[in-house]
Amino acid sequence: MRLQPYFHSVTLDTDSCKGCTICIKRCPTEAIRVRHGKARILEIRCIDCGECIRTCPNHAKRAIADDFSLLDKYAYTVALPAPSFFGQFSGHDVTVGKILQALLALGFTSVYEVAEAAEHVSLATQRYVNNSIIRPLISSSCPAIVRLIQVRFPDLIDHLIPIQAPVDIAARFAKEMIMRKYGLRREEIGAFFITPCPAKVTAVKQPIGLESSWVDGAIPIADAYARVLRILPRLEDTPSLQQASAIGIHWGRASGEKYAIGADKTVAVDGIQAVIDVLSEIEIGKFHDIDFIECQACRGGCVGGPLTVQNPFLARVNMESLTQELPDKMSPEIVHEFEQRYSTGAYDLESDIEPRPILKLDDDFTKAIEKMELLEKTLDSLPGLDCGSCGSPSCQALAEDIVQGLATEGDCVFVLRDGVQSLAEELLDLARRVPGSISNEAETSPGGSLQESMDEPEIGEQEGSGT
Amino acid sequence: MTARGTGALMSVTYEIVAGDFVRAGEAASKLKRVLQQLGLDPTIIRRAAIATYEAEMNIVIHSYGGHISVDITCDSIEILCEDSGPGIPDIEKALQEGYSTASEDVREMGFGAGMGLPNIRRSADDFSIESRIGQGTRLQVRILHRAGE
Repeated sequence: MRLQPYFHSVTLDTDSCKGCTICIKRCPTEAIRVRHGKARILEIRCIDCGECIRTCPNHAKRAIADDFSLLDKYAYTVALPAPSFFGQFSGHDVTVGKILQALLALGFTSVYEVAEAAEHVSLATQRYVNNSIIRPLISSSCPAIVRLIQVRFPDLIDHLIPIQAPVDIAARFAKEMIMRKYGLRREEIGAFFITPCPAKVTAVKQPIGLESSWVDGAIPIADAYARVLRILPRLEDTPSLQQASAIGIHWGRASGEKYAIGADKTVAVDGIQAVIDVLSEIEIGKFHDIDFIECQACRGGCVGGPLTVQNPFLARVNMESLTQELPDKMSPEIVHEFEQRYSTGAYDLESDIEPRPILKLDDDFTKAIEKMELLEKTLDSLPGLDCGSCGSPSCQALAEDIVQGLATEGDCVFVLRDGVQSLAEELLDLARRVPGSISNEAETSPGGSLQESMDEPEIGEQEGSGT
Repeated sequence: MTARGTGALMSVTYEIVAGDFVRAGEAASKLKRVLQQLGLDPTIIRRAAIATYEAEMNIVIHSYGGHISVDITCDSIEILCEDSGPGIPDIEKALQEGYSTASEDVREMGFGAGMGLPNIRRSADDFSIESRIGQGTRLQVRILHRAGE
């Protein structure tokens, strides 16, 4: 168990938050509550998928990432552009070589395409799929999905392919090469991922299955985009910089990974809700005859990431035209390099992916049962409208929060209204009771006086009809 | 199935409607959430979810309707599935992998592969099934867990 507090790229800008409750319903792990008029992110639940960044109408959810100033700290820097980065640019004269050249012009000493590492990962995945009897195997390349499985589908951890993500491979291979070539030490080289999403930023700061990341910083695609766009028209094409084939570049969009793996029965799922549906079905035994499942938290794949600029559908078209002039097969050099590295275990995760179940009501089973009973009872008293006004995403979630002492029944506006109503009725009832000492009707009981007052409107009506 | 000395700490019941493929699977996913909340081991939860899902599908596909009742004791999950319906004429056959009496329509929907009962039996620590022709089927599954120890 990790003892230090979680790092999260996704954070809340309290000043911009209006407490509107829109985000709480879209969060796939129910990690947000609105309390005292502001959203709060429950750190142990957040998987940094960025759904709230996309959803918030007030732009109060932000991704903390690195910026270009970090480059100054290193003697030698290497840019690691995500495959989805290329999809941001359009135009007849745009080439992969030019975009890579632009990154050098921005101050990076060298570039290493994450797409190239994605080709290595594709080959390693093919081997793993062939050697494993577990079905279906699930890609671990999307860090938001890996964390989703840790918190909501811990029984599927065995299905995750224990191979490092392309960016981690890219950073290590690039640094090792630079260290060999220039005699530099690891810490003298800064490797910067040009990232489409906050989940990758978190993965760099707090890696899963790795002792430490070889990536030193994650710069949003949106930040690099503006700088590249400005200088792109002035640059010459530099085809020698470009190493990856179309296969690696297409990892940046939905189905690209599936295509690169090329196993018999493969499925590609994009959009976190669609992924949740598929994972739920895998849990009850479906998809058992599928070899490999690509799962992407963002719709459209990485080009749909919250830190990208271009519409994901346009980005996909851009990628298609950019890759037309590229080979559609991995280079023999990459395949050769893979064979040499594979035998040394270079692609394997260094440690197990640990479950992080979030639904558990109590560590003690007996106490969990007691809380469960209370939860059922509490849920029965709630209206079941899932309106979110209480600040919890659903009545079920509010009931869980109440049981865990994080909310009270009075937080439900309907329960509160009923409470106020019965209080008001009781007040009225008390107000109408006339003490015997001042009553002038000898036989009037308190009930009688209430009856009398309830008859009053009828008298009024009779009077009205008489005029 | 032998009765144990321990009573149910908690019980839940799900009504299953025959032919309702839209809601089919709800009982299994609701049960899964309850078991997750109780903090049971993920592999135990998965076995209970698979058994419940397959039993639920059997009721949806083959019966006139029924219910699934789950008792959670300090060391086991007891799943009782009862339906009214045509019953199973040959239980031994129904327990063979790949044997199915599902209609062509149902198979076209991707169900009725004849893995239901075998999957349930594989997920169970104890398994018993009784069926009366023209009346219905009663299926009992016990999955042991160690959470209460």
